[in-house]
Amino acid sequence: MSSRLESMAEALRSRFDGVLRRRESACGELSYDLDASDLPATAKALHDEEAFFYTTLIDVCGVDYLGYGQAQWRTEAATESGFSRAVEPDASTTRSASERERQAREQPARFAAVYHLLSLSRNVRLRLRTFAVGENPPLLPSVADIWQSANWFEREAFDLFGIVFEGHGDLRRILTDYGFIGHPFRKDFPLSGRVEVRYDEDKRRVVYEPVSIEPRTLVPRVIRDDNRYRPALRAEAGEGANGAGQADDG
Amino acid sequence: MAEFQSYTMNFGPQHPAAHGVLRLVLEMDGEVVVRADPHIGLLHRATEKLAESKPYNQSIGYMDRLDYVSMMANEHGYVLAIEKLLGIEPPPRARYIRVMFDEITRILNHLLWLGCHGLDVGAMTIFLYCFRERENLMDCYEAVSGTRMHATYYRPGGVYRDLPERMPRHLAQRDAKKVSGRDKALDEGRDGSLLDFIEHFTRRFPTHVDEYETLLTENRIWKQRTVGIGVVSPERALNLGFTGPMLRGSGVEWDLRKKQPYAAYADMDFDIPVGVNGDCYDRYLVRVEELRQSNRIIRQCVDWLRANPGPVMVDDYKLAPPKREEMKEKMESLIHHFKLFTEGYCVPEGESYAAVEHPKGEFGVYLVSDGANKPFRVKIRAPGFAHLAAMDEMVRGHMLADVVAMIGTMDVVFGEIDR
Repeated sequence: MSSRLESMAEALRSRFDGVLRRRESACGELSYDLDASDLPATAKALHDEEAFFYTTLIDVCGVDYLGYGQAQWRTEAATESGFSRAVEPDASTTRSASERERQAREQPARFAAVYHLLSLSRNVRLRLRTFAVGENPPLLPSVADIWQSANWFEREAFDLFGIVFEGHGDLRRILTDYGFIGHPFRKDFPLSGRVEVRYDEDKRRVVYEPVSIEPRTLVPRVIRDDNRYRPALRAEAGEGANGAGQADDG
Repeated sequence: MAEFQSYTMNFGPQHPAAHGVLRLVLEMDGEVVVRADPHIGLLHRATEKLAESKPYNQSIGYMDRLDYVSMMANEHGYVLAIEKLLGIEPPPRARYIRVMFDEITRILNHLLWLGCHGLDVGAMTIFLYCFRERENLMDCYEAVSGTRMHATYYRPGGVYRDLPERMPRHLAQRDAKKVSGRDKALDEGRDGSLLDFIEHFTRRFPTHVDEYETLLTENRIWKQRTVGIGVVSPERALNLGFTGPMLRGSGVEWDLRKKQPYAAYADMDFDIPVGVNGDCYDRYLVRVEELRQSNRIIRQCVDWLRANPGPVMVDDYKLAPPKREEMKEKMESLIHHFKLFTEGYCVPEGESYAAVEHPKGEFGVYLVSDGANKPFRVKIRAPGFAHLAAMDEMVRGHMLADVVAMIGTMDVVFGEIDR
């Protein structure tokens, strides 16, 4: 597997130098960033050229990076003094300047589309991430004329995230209700939705009303990177990935 | 009378042959379909958004409800993606149990597909035959997880518990002497463990597949309804994003179990059936052969699992709950248990895509983690979604009655398509 991956990475580097930017922290998978303007030409080349033959588009996934890396509990500073108990839904931990800078570099825009490609002849997968241009609406070029399967996947990303794919011939909503307002998978869209339906006896029809459910957090969002979780410390404890088992071995 | 060229017809969303809640808007020219526009989303439950609001382990149960006829295969895709991010590997026994239940699930799925497809196209008996064997496999699900369908059995790091030593019986032991004949047959093969029961099943299952084939394979009506219907060329199948039996039916030899082996598939001996013509009949033959191959794999797993006892879960209390007995004695274990079930575990920042050869095709889960105890984004790649997207292309020029055969051959289940 790894030799196939490496030779493909090499081929991509020599063919698309400067266009595709390799990403780390991807669990050993081939993962690249590219600009929206480069997408159509790159996609066409990846599909047509013999060195790649990415004939199948497995998936297109919209991502909304609003609130990435923000938690509802402070953990790092609290390791020694103990944890707070309360959850304030709107409060999020303050992040260090370097953290914010890193995120701005890695995620230059709010919305992105992630394409998963599969080459059957080379037996290698490839992931491309493209950030959408603008926010109102976020724009991306369509690849539906290269891979027919992109048709519905792009409709889905449009429906759920509001990403507009230019050049898509039939960009309609697909999963949400007829006449639905908003894009439900955006991070600022409430989990309980905005409207609920019921049958009204008097009007003798189904009516839409604002939701009556109070949003609540059952389990707070926590990011733990404090010293008990650092891999180095756990390895030092002599158990490797099995740090928790140490107390029970005796 | 006025001449009219084409008219629009509404098919579903409540139609017995629509396999759930599919609404098809068909533009017809006489009895020939000119254009088909599937309207989906009537079963949309925002599974992915719900998963973003919960710790990782609490969403395993949602995965069962995606494709609700191949439950454990969905779980497998999800836990593989988490394991990839965590960088852990389940113990060998857990991997073999997963393979065994993946294949049991494949048989479950294909039996339901075969029964319902047959029923749609006009064969009644096949449905009854298929559901007879499904019942036995459902019992295996129940024995191992406590529920017949929504098992939540696979966990990141292994499986929830080891296989039970005793197979549950329909009749209590003391009643078994009193009853006779047909009632006794209910408990056939259930004298020993779950593995004994599964082995008993694998011994008789090939005969059952022969029975299904006697009903359909050379059946004149069946062939008239399926041969030459919905032909997809290999090039188009790839471009349309087909995977699984839909792709293999078109003659492309592609199976993730062979090409990108996961769990313990690398150690298994089995063949990949492929079709020649890419029509409904070939896809039928492919799936029927997959029933036999799955049976072979299950048999190999049973033998291995008999010979190799061992742990079925990683020994890391950050991810797996400690034993009950330990919790009574050790403070550490109690704390681990509490933290695991209230807060869950944090997954390192990064992203992963894990795909399994689901009975319907490639089922993939794409996870984006920002280091929290909940996923930042979960994307479920459902095979049926891509297949149904090809509906328009496949039905053009076919008769209305063939639309039903086409829905059947795609093996659509709306739990996964609408998510």
